[in-house]
Amino acid sequence: MSFRPGLVVLASQVRLDERRLLEAFEQRGAQCEHADPRLLWSLADDRTRRWHGVLNREIGQVRAVYAARTLEALGVPVVNDAASIEVCGDKWRTSLALVGAGLPIPRTALGLTPQAALTALDQIGYPALIKPLTGSWGRLIVQIRDRSMAEEVLEYVKALPGPQSHLVYVQEFIAKPGRDIRAIVLGGELLGAVYRIADGIRTNVARGASTQPCQESAEITKLAVAAATATGTDIAAVDLIEDADGRLLILEVNHRVEFSGFQQAMGDRVDVADRIAGYLIGRAERW
Amino acid sequence: MITCPVCEIAVEIPAPSRLGEVLECTDCRSELEIVALDPVMLAMAPEVEEDWGE
Repeated sequence: MSFRPGLVVLASQVRLDERRLLEAFEQRGAQCEHADPRLLWSLADDRTRRWHGVLNREIGQVRAVYAARTLEALGVPVVNDAASIEVCGDKWRTSLALVGAGLPIPRTALGLTPQAALTALDQIGYPALIKPLTGSWGRLIVQIRDRSMAEEVLEYVKALPGPQSHLVYVQEFIAKPGRDIRAIVLGGELLGAVYRIADGIRTNVARGASTQPCQESAEITKLAVAAATATGTDIAAVDLIEDADGRLLILEVNHRVEFSGFQQAMGDRVDVADRIAGYLIGRAERW
Repeated sequence: MITCPVCEIAVEIPAPSRLGEVLECTDCRSELEIVALDPVMLAMAPEVEEDWGE
């Protein structure tokens, strides 16, 4: 008898990855529907457990966290869960989790004011990067070439509205060799790794980077799996960078894995959507 | 025939289509969202928000 759990893919936007995931569930014969979190609401004392398990693919960080928190309160297992989304969706919390697990990252600091960030930049040295605490795809990352530029950029930061905007995430600039590495981890297992190739400081596929297969070394496997564990993610895209000495450093851990570039490079070596669907169905049998 | 709400050129709708599915107009490159299925209706997809990401 086949097990048909009532699973949900939670996503306000169905892009290629979500379409592949929904098709993968269908091909495995699993009962799976798509739910749009823009239409979700819940009474605080509601105890109706509507779904058996949820794959959280919500693109908005705030909605993703609150949807997960709400569903988890109803006893619905959510992958990735709210706690891990909160860690991965905040670069500083990610850095603290990685360092706490003894994992290598570029020298990184958080200035609690733009003024403090200037001191942190002086300590880290120039060039350096300023990154927003939240967001992806390399948006709003600024390469700070010297102190004069730091003063100018931080003056703009100081003028931004809201206290969150005044927290400044500062990171050592690593002169990467025109590429970084994306490794996908599922349930503590490495699915594979690819190079993301692009000129400039951003190597995001969403910004046009190309991908090529990357031989999964023992070091990549160890770091990627440990990074997923440190951030509490069941499904994670771990981005690594090679420094001038060839040492691997972890840049970030993504909870809502975008895998079209990865899949293109890997070809038929692994079917990411099918593996995720199989993982969720397997987990649902135990929930 | 379903047309792009921006440039009014015909847009090919994938089958099966799903609510919330995001398409790109092959002519004007606008991102479009399927907002109704029966009949299919398209609208401009939402702009990227500050907290969007992976």
